[in-house]
Amino acid sequence: MSASFSLVAMIALPAIGAAVVAALPRERSLLAKQVALGVSLAALLLAVLATIAFDAGGERFQLTTSVSWIPDFGADFALGVDGIALVMLLLIGVLVPLVVAASWHEADTAPRPPRVFFAWLLLLEAMMVGVFAATDVLLFYVFFEAMLVPMYFLIGSFGGPRRQYAAVKFFLYSLLGGLVMLAAVIGLYVVSTSQLGEGTFAFDALRQLDIDPGVQKLLFLGFFVAFAIKAPLVPLHTWLPDSGAEAPIGGAVLLVGVLDKVGTFGFLRYCLPLFPDASRFFAPFVLVLAVIGVLYAALLAMGQSDMKRLVSYTSISHFGFIALGIFAFTTEAGTGAVLYMVNHGIATGLLFLVVGMLIARGGSREIGDYGGVAKHAPKLAGAFLVAGLASLALPGTNSFVSEFLVLIGSFPERPVFTIVATVGIILAALYILLMYQRTMHGPARGVLLAADEPPEPTPVAGGGGATAVAAAPARGVLRVRDLDRRELAVVAPLIALVIGLGVFPQPLLNLIEPAVSATMSDVGADSGGTDR
Amino acid sequence: MTISYYLVLAAILFTIGAVGVLVRRNAIVVFMCIELMLNSVNLTLVTFARAGGTVDGQIMAFFVMVVAAAEVVIGLAIIMSIYRTRRSASVDDANLLKY
Amino acid sequence: MPAEGLLAASWLLIALPLAGAAALLLGGRRTDRWGHLLGTATVVVAFLLAVGCTVQLAGLEERAADVELFTFISAGDLDVTAGLLYDPLSAVFVLLITGVGSLIHVYSIGYMAHDPGRRRFFAYLNLFVAAMLLLVLGNSYVALYVGWEGVGLASYLLIAFWYTRPAAATAAKKAFIMNRVGDVGLALAVFVMFAQLGTTSYAGVHAGVATLAGGTVTAMGLLLLLGACGKSGQFPLQAWLPDAMEGPTPVSALIHAATMVTAGVYLIARSAPVYDETPTARAVVLAVGALTLLIGAIAGCAYDDIKKVLAYSTVSQIGYMFLAVGLGPAGYVAGLAHLLAHGFFKAGLFLGAGSVMHAMDDAVDMRRFGGLAKKLPVTFVTFGLGYLALIGFPFLSGYFTKDAIIEAALDREDAWGWVLGGVAVLGAGLTAFYMTRLMLMTFFGRPRWEDGVHPHESPTVMTAPMIVLAVGSVSAGALLVSVFPLADWLEPVFGEPEEATHVVAPVVVGLVVTVVMLLGVLAAWLFVGRREVPVTPPVRVSPVTRAARNALYADAINESLFMRPGQWLTRALVWFDNRGVDGAVNGLAAGLGGSSSRLGRAQTGFVRTYALGMLGGAVVVAGALLAVTAG
Repeated sequence: MSASFSLVAMIALPAIGAAVVAALPRERSLLAKQVALGVSLAALLLAVLATIAFDAGGERFQLTTSVSWIPDFGADFALGVDGIALVMLLLIGVLVPLVVAASWHEADTAPRPPRVFFAWLLLLEAMMVGVFAATDVLLFYVFFEAMLVPMYFLIGSFGGPRRQYAAVKFFLYSLLGGLVMLAAVIGLYVVSTSQLGEGTFAFDALRQLDIDPGVQKLLFLGFFVAFAIKAPLVPLHTWLPDSGAEAPIGGAVLLVGVLDKVGTFGFLRYCLPLFPDASRFFAPFVLVLAVIGVLYAALLAMGQSDMKRLVSYTSISHFGFIALGIFAFTTEAGTGAVLYMVNHGIATGLLFLVVGMLIARGGSREIGDYGGVAKHAPKLAGAFLVAGLASLALPGTNSFVSEFLVLIGSFPERPVFTIVATVGIILAALYILLMYQRTMHGPARGVLLAADEPPEPTPVAGGGGATAVAAAPARGVLRVRDLDRRELAVVAPLIALVIGLGVFPQPLLNLIEPAVSATMSDVGADSGGTDR
Repeated sequence: MTISYYLVLAAILFTIGAVGVLVRRNAIVVFMCIELMLNSVNLTLVTFARAGGTVDGQIMAFFVMVVAAAEVVIGLAIIMSIYRTRRSASVDDANLLKY
Repeated sequence: MPAEGLLAASWLLIALPLAGAAALLLGGRRTDRWGHLLGTATVVVAFLLAVGCTVQLAGLEERAADVELFTFISAGDLDVTAGLLYDPLSAVFVLLITGVGSLIHVYSIGYMAHDPGRRRFFAYLNLFVAAMLLLVLGNSYVALYVGWEGVGLASYLLIAFWYTRPAAATAAKKAFIMNRVGDVGLALAVFVMFAQLGTTSYAGVHAGVATLAGGTVTAMGLLLLLGACGKSGQFPLQAWLPDAMEGPTPVSALIHAATMVTAGVYLIARSAPVYDETPTARAVVLAVGALTLLIGAIAGCAYDDIKKVLAYSTVSQIGYMFLAVGLGPAGYVAGLAHLLAHGFFKAGLFLGAGSVMHAMDDAVDMRRFGGLAKKLPVTFVTFGLGYLALIGFPFLSGYFTKDAIIEAALDREDAWGWVLGGVAVLGAGLTAFYMTRLMLMTFFGRPRWEDGVHPHESPTVMTAPMIVLAVGSVSAGALLVSVFPLADWLEPVFGEPEEATHVVAPVVVGLVVTVVMLLGVLAAWLFVGRREVPVTPPVRVSPVTRAARNALYADAINESLFMRPGQWLTRALVWFDNRGVDGAVNGLAAGLGGSSSRLGRAQTGFVRTYALGMLGGAVVVAGALLAVTAG
């Protein structure tokens, strides 16, 4: 099989897998799970093969396939990846099997049969691959909208108590953005018709257009609104905490880990190269939103009592960093932003998964319902800590490299914005450690307390100067099991990636940098990038 | 011969029909009023056909008659079934199809 | 120059403890039986390796060795190589960290013998040693930053070691957050370096810093100072260090006395070329050091918790070191000598305090001690030697190193020299006061023990490291000044030590300091030693004492200035996000839904209403047509 078909296969395989899983008889739910796991692992293998076939120093777009799709509009079924898209495909490949394994039992208790859950999951994978691999703007738009359907059903059928509200909110927000983008896509087509004689949706052709600055601004805004909703920038963010909190854990991981990255990916792939003048014009405005988002969402995360909402807000804060990196228009910051997209998927995915494991044990999403878990479930606490540290970008974890690159790359161009954003790393430490301390540290208490134990009196948090002289050891005993083998198998690869990419990020950077460098020279930034 | 007499008559007939549809409650009477309006239109069509010397209007009038006949069949059937279930032929009593 | 031989393997210094930590954390309960031995072994081997490396370094002509490891981050113009720099300055720190670290690991074998979490403890200690070595060995500010936050993590984990105590968990969080505030400063300094010079390596930055504008360098210096203040517990970020005493005592000895908290001094000493270009930033370093040395000493006088007194003493002593390195070339060597000597005697004092706590069932309240000299003879003697070294008793280590700092301050030959020298001398008196008070309350007087406490001397595995450190406390000063002069060793880093022109003769300084010190001791004896120590602290005390007991209200200021407004802001923003932003969205949805249901009312179900509507519509259309054709 030629490498150029691997992208088609990466879309087709999960799509076919989804159909197979959906067609299985109702009582064969174990088989459905096994098929889903097998298919997602095969997709991961394809992603790895694609990476091997990809030449980091070669053409911008590789592994290309193009089939005429709607000839009347000049639309093609065109796939291809640059380094940016490729690392996102790798992220999808890694996350989906882990999500399948993590959701092994979760879907059993849902009102709908588990096979439906896994079928939607696989279909979602196919759509996500399509979004990142499309090099035809219309095809991108189709995948962009089609992606909503599986996620809508994942939230709406398998989510928490307020799933209907969350699913509809998610769908309406995304659809609204998508429709605005459709208008811009059509506008782009019209411009291409007038300039090239015949209309086209091909990215490479559109990139060569010389669009009037006024028109650019309008088209930019069309794309920008859609992407700013997707990668929620304040103030278009309020759907994410609801969706993140109500979605099943697996759905939440893919929603925040991958699906939202379509927004930041879109900034980089479509907004910057297609509308360079408008991008430069709107950059200060976007940067203001990004920096506000960093601080505002971090402060909000601190005020949450629901762990899943808290993690969702942390993601909004992180998206602010990514947007800062993209709109600073330097190769370093842009490379950092793309790496941030990958790392955030890994780190927040891990955090969501571990939080989900804790919620599965206690049945409550409230931070106040837990306490002292570390003593009784040390592996869970350890995984939680690693996830938390990755989220607050501690050096040695993957997120540090990306956050550092974003900030150091943005600083020479935009010092004020960068300084304000850097304050966000203090807030990050606060919201993570507050959650960790309240759930894992302190005396045993909360919903996991064994029923026959007298409840521990609520401890008064020792203030700064308090001299707690040998506080009484915790008497309460929690009834909580530590991570089992399946759960360890889910978190171990992610922890390995967190540390591994924290120490050796260069292989990924080598993939990302040429594409970012090309994008930054498209936008006319003073790109210091060496075209290696 | 002026056609205005015919047209005025048709307008009077149409107005009687329209007012009847609006003010009468009995479904049969409303129905007859609708027929009256259709026929006033027929009269107009035939008038113009005669005045213009063509047969287009007459053909159109035939169409209207055919449609009216079909409509009468279905309309009366509906009125019958409503009357059977509700023991009333008043159009105001059948107001379930609303917000 | 590239490293060869043993120096080329200096990355093992970091890798060994790191591997130990990984083995202990991943190995799980299987390693419970021998984990502490493995943890100790890695650090001892690292110490031996460090000795070998240092010997080899001493033989080199340039006395600096670069070890290039791998490309860490390379994107665009940014190129960060993971590499080590083994030079005299880092060698001094490596020896201190691994040497004192080994002793404290050995001590911990005894101290933590009955703790169920012993394996975890050694894993975290190993992690700390690895991070700290990375901090001092890295060849760039990025590597330093990685180690910087790494020791912060280890410190967090170790303070929260007994995490079921809410006080420990809170203290750990506080330490991490306040350190993070400092880290922001350090990070921004690194950003400035990259923006202005395009590099973050020591070599590149130090070579290019002279070409920069004065304001930029000052900003860089102040940002670096912010980082140093966070890590070293200096004003205004000093409040976390005393709380950090919630951790096990060996942790307090290693991390919060001997090594990690001195990282700020290392940073400023390492960045000497930056500070050489900016007198402003250097003056701020001086001010911070002088202020902190007084704050720490005053607070140390009022606390009854033996570990907190030692913690404030640490704050105060690091203030001395900041003062020294803030003096510039004249003070670097004095500051670092004091740092090394302090590493010995303060670690020894903490281990002694741990031994006392071990004997007193983990009590820390000195009002409940008393008369322990007879019960704990080894602890008493070693602690006493550390005490004498700290207060600067003639010819013990503190005497040499502290006097050197005071002399250097006076040698500034301006009014500020007199102010700084005076502050330092006053601090020496206060130090003598609070340490004597501590000695008197703990080891002398009548026993005031709680019922059922039976003090007993600690096992040999604990006393042996104390003895070694006591020997170090006694001799380090003299060794560093005359036998192996630190000034000569550090010459490749800080340059030829200039022959100082003394404003006041060193003999006079030594005499004055000794007299002030003796006055402090006498005052302590008058206030504490002469009379019976009440078991509960007196309530009716002077405002000065009350302020000192509250550490000059640092926590209160932090709470009312940052914590409370932060909480209000958070609450207000949560309300705003739910009601304001989300409320606007939901309001729009509700508005659309409401208006559509209102429109739906028009659908009455009455056929005649619809007929009227159709007629009306037809009339309007006809009217419009007429109007258009006629008009």
